[in-house]
Amino acid sequence: MKIVFLLAACFSILAVALICVFLFANGVPAILKIGVFDFLLGQKWMPSNNIFGIFPMIVGSVYVTAGAIIIGVPMGILCAVFLARFCPEKLYKVIKPAVSLLAGIPSIVYGFFGLVVIVPIMQDLVGGSGKGVLTASILLGIMILPTVIGVSESAIRAVPNSYYEGALALGATHERSVFFTLLPAAKQGILAGVILGVGRAIGETMAVVMIAGNQPVVPDSIFGGVRTLTANIVMEMGYAADLHREALLGTGVVLFVFILLINLSFSALKRRKS
Amino acid sequence: MQVQNRERFSQRLRSYKKRPLSAFLFLLVLISAVVTLSVLIALIAYILIKGIPNLSPELFAWEYTTENVSMMPAIINTLMITALSLLFALPVGIASAIYLVEYAKRGNKLVSLVRITTETLSGIPSIVYGLFGYLFFNIFLGWSYTILGGSLTLAIMILPLIMRTTEEALIAVPDLYREGSFGLGAGKLRTVFRIVLPSAVPGILAGVILAVGRIVGETAALLYPAGTAAQVADGLMSSGRTLAVHMYALLNEGLYIEQAYATAVVLLVIVIGINALSGLIAKKVGVKD
Repeated sequence: MKIVFLLAACFSILAVALICVFLFANGVPAILKIGVFDFLLGQKWMPSNNIFGIFPMIVGSVYVTAGAIIIGVPMGILCAVFLARFCPEKLYKVIKPAVSLLAGIPSIVYGFFGLVVIVPIMQDLVGGSGKGVLTASILLGIMILPTVIGVSESAIRAVPNSYYEGALALGATHERSVFFTLLPAAKQGILAGVILGVGRAIGETMAVVMIAGNQPVVPDSIFGGVRTLTANIVMEMGYAADLHREALLGTGVVLFVFILLINLSFSALKRRKS
Repeated sequence: MQVQNRERFSQRLRSYKKRPLSAFLFLLVLISAVVTLSVLIALIAYILIKGIPNLSPELFAWEYTTENVSMMPAIINTLMITALSLLFALPVGIASAIYLVEYAKRGNKLVSLVRITTETLSGIPSIVYGLFGYLFFNIFLGWSYTILGGSLTLAIMILPLIMRTTEEALIAVPDLYREGSFGLGAGKLRTVFRIVLPSAVPGILAGVILAVGRIVGETAALLYPAGTAAQVADGLMSSGRTLAVHMYALLNEGLYIEQAYATAVVLLVIVIGINALSGLIAKKVGVKD
């Protein structure tokens, strides 16, 4: 019977191996056929003319993710501080489930909310279509909040209370003790939360595709429309054929490599911590 | 909450006047908590208020037609895909957790490899799962769009979640139980199935509920393996769309915003219900999330 359990445990290894093999075997030949530089650094994406450059999409993913980090991370960390050190117990019982609910809402519902609420607001504020880098960043910032809050909160709680008490004894206020002794001590855990958030933001598809505008060009401002790697796949995969389809699989490979790098740095960080 | 300096609010306020930095930090913390909470409330309230008037009995008709884009077939498909995915993921997930907790020796190379791969699996975005499902089931195995392919794709996706929660539930079972069972002469296998697993059931159940939440909300991973047929799938090898995919299709067609609102309400209610349920179970077990 032990052998059965062992085989089951090996299934996740098999799954990762299969995903890697199938993705790389299907995507890499296309990248080579198009040419690595033309594919990764090409400025134009014109499937009808057989021009496949995904540089705008890479830039788009990076911009949108960076925006989400700028918006979501400070708020997430402050909220984690609130939950760990400021929140009365009664309130905690309300807010904690609320944060996990925020994590459970499907991305398609987030996207819809962005489409019918954030996009019109942006239209009123800056004109244009209202879809673009900033809109996507705001929504993604909200979407990564639960990840950042959850990991940061447990990192802050893991710091020995003597740090906090020591700071108080030296005459620091509650806020100073929390921000200047607890937070620096929880730095690595918080960083791990941020990395997880980056992973979520860069891989998000359904929400982004509805509000980012999806023009395959490098955006000229934070209000400009943008297409991410994920959006590129989900928009065109349905009807693409031949080299076009393979180029989309290549896009998936690039995304997958990004995610693997993020995962690697996350587990490296976790290992250093323990 | 641990020991804190218990001042009264008025005292605090006075000390803030002398220490602007502390006051500023306190304000920041408070604001961000309020903003986070109000974003959630705004989202739920907006969708419920705009969506509930759009709910109508016709939307729950058994047949999907272009005049009446009923979501009933999608609900049935969602149930089928959820059941199928759990059917595949649960045995594998629970068995691997049993191996990791009950059988594996500490410092085992294989165990660390399993941990790395499950971590990798939980980090892979759903669109990559969707691509993989499409490449494996539709291209390599030559299936057309099938709910079986979609379910298998989702089963891989929820595997790390099931494994992690089951592991935690198994670890939480006190060693005394195992020792007692061994002391009475039971073997390893009997101990695992008769003593350890039954005590871990509530924890496992909480994980299953979380997994159901992920399946119900999933769109990108299902789009290519399972397709977007709007009817009830008649068999494992035919296409069918879940509620989330249904909502995406409605929005994509652009003609059915009201119906999309109604679908969003249903999705949201399901997700809130699932969260409440898993919270309730977790509270009963006393396991922290």
